[in-house]
Amino acid sequence: METVLASPNREVVIGPDRPFVIVGERINPTGRRAFAERISGGDLEPVREEALAQVRAGAPVLDVNAGIPGADEVDLLVRMVKLVAETVDVPLCIDSSTDAALEAALAVYEGKALVNSVTGEEDKLERILPLVKRHGAAVIGMANDERGPLPDPAERLAVARKIVQRAADHGIPAEDVLIDPLAMTVGADPDAGRVVLETMRLVREELGVNLICGASNVSFGMPGRAELTATFVAMGRMVGLTSAIANPLSREMRMATLGSDVLLGIDRYAATWLRTLRAEQAAGAEG
Amino acid sequence: MDEKLEALREALYALDGQTATAISTELIEAGVEPQRVLQEGLAEAMLEIGRRWNAGEVFLPEVVAAAEIFKQCQAIVEPALLASGGQTLGHRVVMATVKGDLHDLGKNMVGAMMKTAGFEVHDLGKDVPADRIVEAVRELEPTIVGLSALLTTTVPEQRGVIQALEEAGLRRAVKVMVGGAPVTEDWAKQIGADGYAPNAPEAVRVALELAGSERPTG
Repeated sequence: METVLASPNREVVIGPDRPFVIVGERINPTGRRAFAERISGGDLEPVREEALAQVRAGAPVLDVNAGIPGADEVDLLVRMVKLVAETVDVPLCIDSSTDAALEAALAVYEGKALVNSVTGEEDKLERILPLVKRHGAAVIGMANDERGPLPDPAERLAVARKIVQRAADHGIPAEDVLIDPLAMTVGADPDAGRVVLETMRLVREELGVNLICGASNVSFGMPGRAELTATFVAMGRMVGLTSAIANPLSREMRMATLGSDVLLGIDRYAATWLRTLRAEQAAGAEG
Repeated sequence: MDEKLEALREALYALDGQTATAISTELIEAGVEPQRVLQEGLAEAMLEIGRRWNAGEVFLPEVVAAAEIFKQCQAIVEPALLASGGQTLGHRVVMATVKGDLHDLGKNMVGAMMKTAGFEVHDLGKDVPADRIVEAVRELEPTIVGLSALLTTTVPEQRGVIQALEEAGLRRAVKVMVGGAPVTEDWAKQIGADGYAPNAPEAVRVALELAGSERPTG
């Protein structure tokens, strides 16, 4: 199954036989106090910088999040989305827990965006899905609901199934639903990795939809974060992960995803891998 | 005895649960004041582990494992504490991670430290809707309610809970403390919270300060 996202001039396809898609995570004030202070003070330059840096690093899609406690999220998200769309020509993943902010940002975005996100909660499904349909967007469905985090992969699959069905009821095809199997922090729960990987496998086998996840969460509080996150993404790919919200500036992440493209025969004759490494070598020789 | 307390702390640093629980049992059976085991053994070790975490010297799995051992030891000490009439403060605290948020590590840590400091802690868990928090405040009449939120998307829910308390006419009956990684002092002021703390030891200090100005509950 293939999900197509689009900016005004560019299409990005997510699918099991396509290059792995990194959705750049860095336009997000969470846990970044300096970034949050500047943008809530009206200085959006850091947003522009992060957009450029991530696209230069190869991110085909960018996540945009304006969640700052106390800030006017509707206004801020709209301004950030406009600025990012002016700066780079890649599809956007519009990330908010506020309906009004999602609605306003979707209204100003020219393209087929990815909405981040809906859950299996009744009220969320009924509020977010009509919005997704109206704007012709795709949506991330998180495999949890009012019960909180589900420890059993089969329960997470059931929530994913419900989201895909309810999306269909609203006229949104399964191609436009990406399931997020919920990557929890492995440093806090030794079983977190096994549970999320097993959920991916079940979702792929039964629903066949594309999978995405916030990969960096896995490695919170650990040394060797970049390596651990990249290892997780490479393992996830074998059980159905086709995209991840992650840090494209991490070389470990880029190499893990490009390497998996080579190893699965998606990057034919390693063309992208070779081009990337030659460019690195050339840059190294210059520097 | 001081060596035993030292050994208890060392066992926590080494993440040696067996030794830590054995020493806790031994100390209690030897008649050592449970308050001392809690404060000078367990709480002091957790403070030190918190310091090492902030300094980047230990990592999350180690903090989680230590917290687990702390809990096991606390369970050994608690009956003795209650039997001795306890040196409880007579102040009740209700804690919760707000709705939509599944992060409870920080809240659990604060809860454990509050308990050690003598508060009676009622933990409502994670992903707790505002109406359940309001209900708990009505039923338990705590001195303090502590609200944790770890996501920028769930932090606004802290304001939601404060509003729900106002609507229920309970806002003035309880002190509200807020915390969590994205939470700032400014945010706490903006939503009209009574207290904010960036970490567990500070949370205990602020709680003691807030409780100091209030009559004990129940």
